[in-house]
Amino acid sequence: MSAVRDLSIGVDVGGTNTDAVVVDATGSVIAWTKQPTTEDVIGGIRAGIGAVLDQLGEDRDRVSRVMLGTTHATNAIVARRGLDRVALVRLGAPAATEWPPLTGWPADLSERVLAGAAMLGGGHMVDGTPISPLDRDGIRRFLDGLGGAFDSVAVCGIFSPSSPEQEREVEQLVHDHLGTGTPVFLSQEIGPDGLLERENATVLNAALRGVASDVTRALVDVVAEKGLDVATFFAQNDGTLMSLDYAVRYPVLTIGSGPANSIRGAAFLSGAANAIVVDVGGTTSDLGVLVDGFPRESTLPRDIGGVRTNFRMPDILSLGIGGGTVIDPRTGAVGPRSVGYRIAQEALLFGGSTPTLTDAAAAAGYGIAGRSLPPLTAGRRDALAAGLARAHERIEEAVERLSLGRVDLPLVVVGGGAMLVPDDLPGAGPVLRPDRAEVANAVGAAISLAGGRADQISDAEDRDAAIAAASEAAIAKAIQAGADPLAVEIVDVLETSLSYTARPTIKVSVKAAGPLSHLAAPLPAR
Amino acid sequence: MASPSLTSSPSARTAAHVTADDIAALAAGAAIFGTGGGGAVYTSQQITERAIREHGPVRLLSLDDLGPDDAVIMMSGIGAPTVGIEMLASTDQVETLLREAERVAGRRITAIMPAEIGGSNGVSPAGWAARLGVALLDADGMGRAFPEATMISTNVAGVPCAFAVLSDVVGNVVTLRTVDLGWLERHARAVTVAAGGICLGAHYLLTAETARGAVIPSTVSTAIRVGRALLEASDPVPAIAAELDADVLISGKVVDVSRRTEGGFVRGSITIAGIGDDRGRLQRVELRNENLVVLEDGEVLATVPDLITVVDLETGHAISTEMLRYGQRVSVLAWACDPLWRTERGLELAGPRAFGYDLPYVPFERKDAR
Repeated sequence: MSAVRDLSIGVDVGGTNTDAVVVDATGSVIAWTKQPTTEDVIGGIRAGIGAVLDQLGEDRDRVSRVMLGTTHATNAIVARRGLDRVALVRLGAPAATEWPPLTGWPADLSERVLAGAAMLGGGHMVDGTPISPLDRDGIRRFLDGLGGAFDSVAVCGIFSPSSPEQEREVEQLVHDHLGTGTPVFLSQEIGPDGLLERENATVLNAALRGVASDVTRALVDVVAEKGLDVATFFAQNDGTLMSLDYAVRYPVLTIGSGPANSIRGAAFLSGAANAIVVDVGGTTSDLGVLVDGFPRESTLPRDIGGVRTNFRMPDILSLGIGGGTVIDPRTGAVGPRSVGYRIAQEALLFGGSTPTLTDAAAAAGYGIAGRSLPPLTAGRRDALAAGLARAHERIEEAVERLSLGRVDLPLVVVGGGAMLVPDDLPGAGPVLRPDRAEVANAVGAAISLAGGRADQISDAEDRDAAIAAASEAAIAKAIQAGADPLAVEIVDVLETSLSYTARPTIKVSVKAAGPLSHLAAPLPAR
Repeated sequence: MASPSLTSSPSARTAAHVTADDIAALAAGAAIFGTGGGGAVYTSQQITERAIREHGPVRLLSLDDLGPDDAVIMMSGIGAPTVGIEMLASTDQVETLLREAERVAGRRITAIMPAEIGGSNGVSPAGWAARLGVALLDADGMGRAFPEATMISTNVAGVPCAFAVLSDVVGNVVTLRTVDLGWLERHARAVTVAAGGICLGAHYLLTAETARGAVIPSTVSTAIRVGRALLEASDPVPAIAAELDADVLISGKVVDVSRRTEGGFVRGSITIAGIGDDRGRLQRVELRNENLVVLEDGEVLATVPDLITVVDLETGHAISTEMLRYGQRVSVLAWACDPLWRTERGLELAGPRAFGYDLPYVPFERKDAR
């Protein structure tokens, strides 16, 4: 019987492919595969995990954990597929009544998701003063009026991130009224201040519960089928892991985990803990920044499937520059149109008639083995050169934006269109092109830590106490997500001051992370 | 309850309208007039479009349209943006505000106007007017965004502010009669804190007679026109500059951002290195919530109260001071403020020295003008 249980399987379920890798305690990728993603999700996971287990042979008993990252939640929102119906209770009326829930949502999505919404008494001001008494009867009447035609309840109270008790009281009220079988989602657990964005995110999160359950069940089933004795985790979008029950409660936190895993995985494969990563695909290039092993996060509101949300997301910059991006044969103008996956038919290099950036790279000497360009007129050659120069400029600009002026950061280049990035990009540090970059997502999942974040608003005078309280809550969340209580640490503290308050008031936001408590061996260096 | 003036005043015949389709342009234009401040326009744009779709287009009156029975009051949101994104307005808040203002004034108020065209306060009044069923005056009190209540055109012109009304999200209404704008700023701040950090405010009841010369005219329609140029032109930056009669001081890359928060204000500077035709040039923009001074080689190119806005080089969209980042490709636009701000009183209230810069005011003049 093998005593060493030092292997991790990382799985990435993408829209097209399901990738799986096995990473050992030294951080080496010792097995990997790419399988087609299946409609039912489980087929791709089964094929992926099956393939790497076959490659491991006898060593399969050394696997102690499986980490799964997926863009499934994002795809479900974009495709309006498998979404639950949500009853929304907003607390704080009469405040915010000029802004009805789900303002600005695409109509087909809100019709699909929203069973009903009520703006009722409750909520707090920034200093904790109640806006109006909690309307308990109103909540019961609203829920009764929906005739049971909803799967879950979302609760969003004004300033609940700093006055959290009332949302919890409403959760209890709903459970008392409808039974504990009705899932209740609280906005305080989803996002920071920014009522409409947090409310949107909470409703999306509730709507994704069924989708998240399907994926977690698929993972559990495959692990059982294969007879693996392992701990299972989901990858979050901040480069940390969560347990499966946590993933079912907070599916929005998987949104953006694809790029986050890609950034971490690519940088890890290149050996860098601080780097800029550019993933050049067929239609877009996604750029992100790795700071001390974690993807840098964005504090700006952003759109998910046409819905504006504010939960934390990796700071990803997407450019309309990819291998299939079309170049205007007369002017050399680039994009935004891309031939996408049809590149193998339409690009000049593949006998087609549409000039693309891939063709421009080939004309500049960065070709694809076994393929050559048809004869080109001088005008067309100039257009291709101009197009490639424009693409280089835009990538350079994006790299500079993300680097915040640091020129020593390595630029890690991955993806099918990696030849679009030159080795001597001005404004960038050394360019690294790691092996196995095609499965960077799955590697990123396999090397994740467990983490959690918490916010606290308080008097500026009580700053230290506020940081201590937020730290304690963040550590509790990290441990809840699977972190080793002995090794978890605070990795980020953000502090902002609020004006127009009776006394100087600050908000602190603390993030904690640590290696998984189930590990027999330490995680590879991040 | 139609006012008798409606049938006899010129407004009934000539007034233009602001429709829901104008609001995206109004928002983009108001952000340009925000000179880096004034608050984000996105959520105001959405709710304003919705209000106009629900209640119908808003009559936009010019100063000449105002009849003898018209009364106009300035309206704006007041308070901390950090609170404003969480504790949003109630449906009744603006109605409560107007009714109290009418009660105190003892007359019907027929139109409202933005106190500040720059940023979200330039957008929201169109929706409030739709909801209230009153007209919108094509004018504002700043012609841009400013951080303090005293920095308002009516104060420059010496029009007394007889009263101000504040309404909060809960339904509380407070009427203030202060001896001057300095005291109004102080008391309104205290009320706003008690109200949880955010209020709607109405002040400066104006008539056709008192408004003339005391407000910045045509700013709503100009903001819509600028916004439309921004959204529709294939090369937005020159199109905006043409509409504003502005110079593009530099087009380049942000190479340094030094910024800190001080007593609720963002203070600092950004440095822009020229690209393209401007390669080799370096400009610095000094900011405190708004963009206040532009310098190149020690020479002052533009200062407050003239307008300075940093826009995205490609899209032309205004970039607010808190959104400026290293590496952004930007153009700096500068254009002349309303002549009212160039008077002695105007410069005393909002010249460079009012913002702590020991600089003489040099009126901005277009160099590109042909």
